[in-house]
Amino acid sequence: MKKTKNKQVLKEITDTADSVYSRIKKKKAPELKMPLRALSNVKYDPKDGFFELLGKMKERTLTASTIKTFAQTLRMMSHAKNIIEEDDITTKREMYYISKNWAEAAFKEQPESDTVMDDMEAMMMVNREQLGFIPEEKGGEVAGKLVVIDKDSDTGKEIKIDCTKFGSGAYSIPISVEHLKFETNAKFILAIETAGMFQRLLKHNYWKKANCILVSMGGVPTRACRRFIRRLSDEKNLPVYVFTDGDMYGYANIYRTLKVGSGNAAHINEYFCVPRAKFLGVTPQDIIDYKLPTHPLKEVDIKRGKDALKNDPFIQHHKEWRKALEQMNKMKVRSEQQALAKWGLNYVIEKYLPQKLKNPKSWLP
Amino acid sequence: MAEKEDVPIAIELAKKQRDISIASFFEKNRHLLGFDNPRKSLLTTIKEAVDNSLDACEEAGILPEINIEVIEMAENKFRVIVEDNGPGIVKKQIPNIFAKLLYGSKFFKLSQSRGQQGIGISASVLYAQLTTGKPARITSRISKKHDAHYYELHIDTQNNKPQIIKEDVVEWNKEHGTRIELDLEGSYQKGDQSVDQYLKQTAIVNPHVTLIYTNPKAEQIIFPKASEQLPKKPVEIKPHPYGIEIGILLSMLKMTEARTLQSFLMNEFSRVGYGTAKLICENAALLPKTKPKDISREAAEKLIEGIKKTKIISPPVDCISPIGQELLEKGLKKEINAEFYTAITRPPAVYRGNPFIVEAGIAYGGQQNAEESMHLLRYANRVPLLYQQGACAVTKSVLNTAWRNYGLSQSRGALPIGPVTLVVHIASVWVPFTSESKEAIAHYPEIIKEIKLALQECGRKLASYVGKKRRIQFESKKRDYIRLFIPHVGEALKELLTLKESDEKKVEELLAQILEKKRGKLENIEAKNLEYDEEFAKIGEEDEEDKE
Repeated sequence: MKKTKNKQVLKEITDTADSVYSRIKKKKAPELKMPLRALSNVKYDPKDGFFELLGKMKERTLTASTIKTFAQTLRMMSHAKNIIEEDDITTKREMYYISKNWAEAAFKEQPESDTVMDDMEAMMMVNREQLGFIPEEKGGEVAGKLVVIDKDSDTGKEIKIDCTKFGSGAYSIPISVEHLKFETNAKFILAIETAGMFQRLLKHNYWKKANCILVSMGGVPTRACRRFIRRLSDEKNLPVYVFTDGDMYGYANIYRTLKVGSGNAAHINEYFCVPRAKFLGVTPQDIIDYKLPTHPLKEVDIKRGKDALKNDPFIQHHKEWRKALEQMNKMKVRSEQQALAKWGLNYVIEKYLPQKLKNPKSWLP
Repeated sequence: MAEKEDVPIAIELAKKQRDISIASFFEKNRHLLGFDNPRKSLLTTIKEAVDNSLDACEEAGILPEINIEVIEMAENKFRVIVEDNGPGIVKKQIPNIFAKLLYGSKFFKLSQSRGQQGIGISASVLYAQLTTGKPARITSRISKKHDAHYYELHIDTQNNKPQIIKEDVVEWNKEHGTRIELDLEGSYQKGDQSVDQYLKQTAIVNPHVTLIYTNPKAEQIIFPKASEQLPKKPVEIKPHPYGIEIGILLSMLKMTEARTLQSFLMNEFSRVGYGTAKLICENAALLPKTKPKDISREAAEKLIEGIKKTKIISPPVDCISPIGQELLEKGLKKEINAEFYTAITRPPAVYRGNPFIVEAGIAYGGQQNAEESMHLLRYANRVPLLYQQGACAVTKSVLNTAWRNYGLSQSRGALPIGPVTLVVHIASVWVPFTSESKEAIAHYPEIIKEIKLALQECGRKLASYVGKKRRIQFESKKRDYIRLFIPHVGEALKELLTLKESDEKKVEELLAQILEKKRGKLENIEAKNLEYDEEFAKIGEEDEEDKE
């Protein structure tokens, strides 16, 4: 099964190389075309539930502005071919260092190398793990009523990991989650922005009281984290509630990316998003209703809000979100999750979350 | 007696009043005539002699061939010999021409010539006499049917008259021509403002001239002629009333053969007919029948006022003979190994009744230093101007031109920086110099305007070349950059498709071809300079040993 998949990717790579080669033999300028990865090139259809690519393409060819990335893309494809054939992997950081052998074609900084990698994914419509590339970043942490079934990499035997047994620690989501299986009787998944809030809920065994699974995203969720929540919620048919800071970043970046994916990775959104997620809080209305302590919006916050209203197809599609962002812009303030501590350390567990969960009208789509 | 003591003071003063000798006049005013210091005196002497020779040859329709020799006799004492193949001078005129100040043929006629007032060569003779006491030695012959006459001349400095020391008939192998030999105090150095520079710059704008020059180091340099064509002979014109000054007007009134003021105006000036002459008289409130000799200084001043009030058409302009674009470019190519040359000749214009033409030429790039100020060569009637650059109208015009628009950098009030030599030539029947030593051109607005127009015209051509060159450089940089990555494409394809070495090479070749085809042929716009002569270009530059 895995072998055939790899064969397909290999064929995709050599076909692309062949098309370049045959154009050169015909004395035509060779070119690589790939989808433009940006919010301006995605559409949002709530029926599908995620950002889908539109048709805009970018081209790399024999021009002064694109020749370097053209050469780098081919060289990276060549490296990908090698590691697939040898069944090896390369981290994103390693790829950046490998390019240092390419003299003038080397990447100056890792973001350049990451961009070429993402473009390769988009060009061949695969995800980077299929090309043998893996990220360094952690996938997020999990605690609560869940048993994850993994495999021992030496023996191949199944390992059952009980996420209730980590005490004050937590289970770490691995970089690749496709092979995991799950056992649970929880009622919902609560995805939390900050490690601080996750710790508070863990400390008081909130998952036991609410019968749920807690996931700490640590900012914008990684691909692995999104995929983990997606598979878990799909397979066990669990609702997903998202709990972030009450600010533009929490809404338009963290929540939006978890639910429908990002413009930058639009080519893989289909699998790396959680369309059934609902936004629990902190909403702008919560700031008023719970009389939360606030910080004034900074220039960047206001700009982020305006950009989202203007350019983000997801925000534009939902009237409720437009209203919420406009409301926040008018209030000119934001609140953090942990501002709830104003009413007592356990207020969030005893009052806020139970009240919010009971009242779906206070959620955002 | 009291009477005796009562001598009026004027009588006492009168004892001190006498003709000022030209020698003391010269002593006081030598800087005005170009004899400020020994180095400049040597240059001025050679310059006056060569200018005279060139004028004489051209007037006679002879292609000039001039021998210049400078010999160091003792420390700071030099012998200067200038010999031409000109028409020669008739015997009785020789003493006056060389040994009487302000004697010449050029003052009262207006035509484009190098010399103007007849002061130059006799001033050199006087300078030589004052610094060494030696007489000027002149040989001249007007044809093979005539004898060659030899004179040794002093100037009688009390009376401004020639004093003949020796007079002889000599054997001379030249059919016609003039030779002058002077011993004088001087100092010889190469570099800017040197004799060598002057001769080289003269050769640049006088391609019809052959100069054979032997310097004090006994190095002989020959500047051969590059053209068999004499410049168009300048037409002599009468002065235009608008340009007349009171002093000249008074002497003209004294010397005229006309019997009435009206006919004087009609005969002695250009563009004055019967009607205009009458109108001038009316405007000056003078009777047309007045005898010219009876006109007083006051009346002459009224006459000039009258001229100003009268509308008179501009003087004819066909009397000016420019170098011409083609020859100016040729001269520049001979001197400077550049990559781009351009020259232009402006149409004639008029200042204060005097017609004039401005020409400008540019040599850009090549071996010239891009970090230095522009190299500016100024000429008036084909004579290089080596001194007083800062006081000259040409310099002012160059400074006031926005060279940044033409691709050169320029800070405020400075000459532009760049690999450029700029030649500016003004030809006129009367070039207005700021002093008698003829080093800087006076700031007439009409002249400055014409110079600026000429510079702008050259500048635009320069800008289009510089722009084109920059685009080509930029394009070539881009191509080099793209070419840098071709081997990477080749190597990646070899690995991806397991190609053979030869296929990889083929890929690289094909990509190079595709690149050229796609971006078009790179043009080579640099001019090939076949006229450049390295030996010639070196002349006048400072020797290494001289610097120490």
